[in-house]
Amino acid sequence: METAYLIETVIKIVVILLIFSALAGIGTYFERKVLAFMQRRLGPTNVGPYGLLQVAADGVKLFTKEDIVPSNVVGRIFKIAPVITAATAFMAAAAIPFLPSFTLFGYEVHPIVADINIGILYILGIMGIGLYGPLLGGMASANKFSLLSAARGAAVFISYEVVTGLSILAPIMMVGSLSLIDFNDYQIDNGWIMFAQPVAFILFWIAAFAETGRTPFHLIANDHEIIDGFGTEYSGMRWGLFFIGEYANMFFISFVIPLIFLGGYGDGSLFGALALLGKVAFFFFFFLWTRAAWPDVRPDQLMWLCWKVLMPIAVINIVITGIVMM
Amino acid sequence: MNSEQFNDRNIGNDYFLVDIEDYPTDGWGKFKRVIKRTFRGELFVGLWVVMREMIRFDIHTIKYPEEKMPIGPRYRAVHEMKRLWESDTERCIGCGLCEKICISNCIRIDTKIDENSRKEVSEYSINLGRCIFCGYCAEVCPELAITHGGEYENASDQREHFVMYEDMLTPLDKMKAGTQLEFEGFGAITPHEDERVKKTPLAY
Repeated sequence: METAYLIETVIKIVVILLIFSALAGIGTYFERKVLAFMQRRLGPTNVGPYGLLQVAADGVKLFTKEDIVPSNVVGRIFKIAPVITAATAFMAAAAIPFLPSFTLFGYEVHPIVADINIGILYILGIMGIGLYGPLLGGMASANKFSLLSAARGAAVFISYEVVTGLSILAPIMMVGSLSLIDFNDYQIDNGWIMFAQPVAFILFWIAAFAETGRTPFHLIANDHEIIDGFGTEYSGMRWGLFFIGEYANMFFISFVIPLIFLGGYGDGSLFGALALLGKVAFFFFFFLWTRAAWPDVRPDQLMWLCWKVLMPIAVINIVITGIVMM
Repeated sequence: MNSEQFNDRNIGNDYFLVDIEDYPTDGWGKFKRVIKRTFRGELFVGLWVVMREMIRFDIHTIKYPEEKMPIGPRYRAVHEMKRLWESDTERCIGCGLCEKICISNCIRIDTKIDENSRKEVSEYSINLGRCIFCGYCAEVCPELAITHGGEYENASDQREHFVMYEDMLTPLDKMKAGTQLEFEGFGAITPHEDERVKKTPLAY
């Protein structure tokens, strides 16, 4: 393997890690502000201008807090679980093209770590592995609320992986490739897949909420029912890793949805790149928006919705797509 | 005056019973209910409401240490000792009623006879750690001398927190400026009392 390629990849990985770790922090700031404004509050205002340094203060607090490992937990699993969540979230980013390729100092940069030909499968698979963070953390915590949360997490994730996979199958059939760059290029000529596959778009969007555990399906760590769920026994930076994982996941899903359904970065011009960032911002904002507006559903309602409603619709969608394509 | 309208127990004509549909029993009914609820668009109403509030930006937060809510004139916070408007001397005549009526025994008053053979307060303290701010002392005071003020920020690092007579007394410079505030709570004279005063029953 070429040395230049290796160096380039390592630099890309470091940049993505740094940018999205920082974005996860800024994401919490925006979440607080947006939720506050929607509830007629002010949100953080005291630390720094407009409360912007609240993120730094939170970081200092998380890093300096004592790392408590309770006496009855299964030590090793308890310690590795947050790392799984954060690591898988960032691993999924490897196959996402964040921007169109551009030229920097006469060197062409592809802002994707690895353009593998099974991109979507890889992203979905790695995000599915992310389930093991809450699951193992909850089971190892020796806490009944954590255990409940782990059980709920497993049920939700398994259900929604089905919907995610089935809903995305129809666009994959249309494009004939699993690479997100191929998806993007397909939509330059044929228009956004959202208009050809509105049902798949809605289903994938709904499943994304379950995938990231955001509010309508926030029952994995529902504060008013099971305290903080799998995070109950965690403290300090281990809990912070869960947090970073959750927010990084939100950002990556917000990238994946426009790339698959909304034309991605288009033909690769500057406008296309900005449009992609705008779409990402909208989807991230929508995560916060629903958190302010919608109530949570019960676990049984969620199972009902997934297995009895969304999955049949997804299957019917695939069948109809197949018939049309024939 | 006709009391007929008050005896009418039919509360207005614009009240109506909410029309609650029967719970669907068969599968088709349940299916129809699901469809109806799905496409009614209530979720978007919720989204619109929070978005409207965000755009309107009608923030209700009060940044507490910098901003404070106005408190009512009858609010019962840390006590104050008033002075007479006419002579700027203390109103307290040392009768000791406040000490007598205090149900949590937090007021301690000691008096002596001064050189003009008038009763004078020599010691006066309120233990705010015991005080329950019931307002009886202000109500019983015949001279409107002890009243409640608006100072509610009395957090302290010790349980016993005494306030002395000199601290409660209206400062002379404030008195000279004419900015002493009268207490309007129990025991105080109600506004426009002069117009409403009547002869006592003994005069009949």
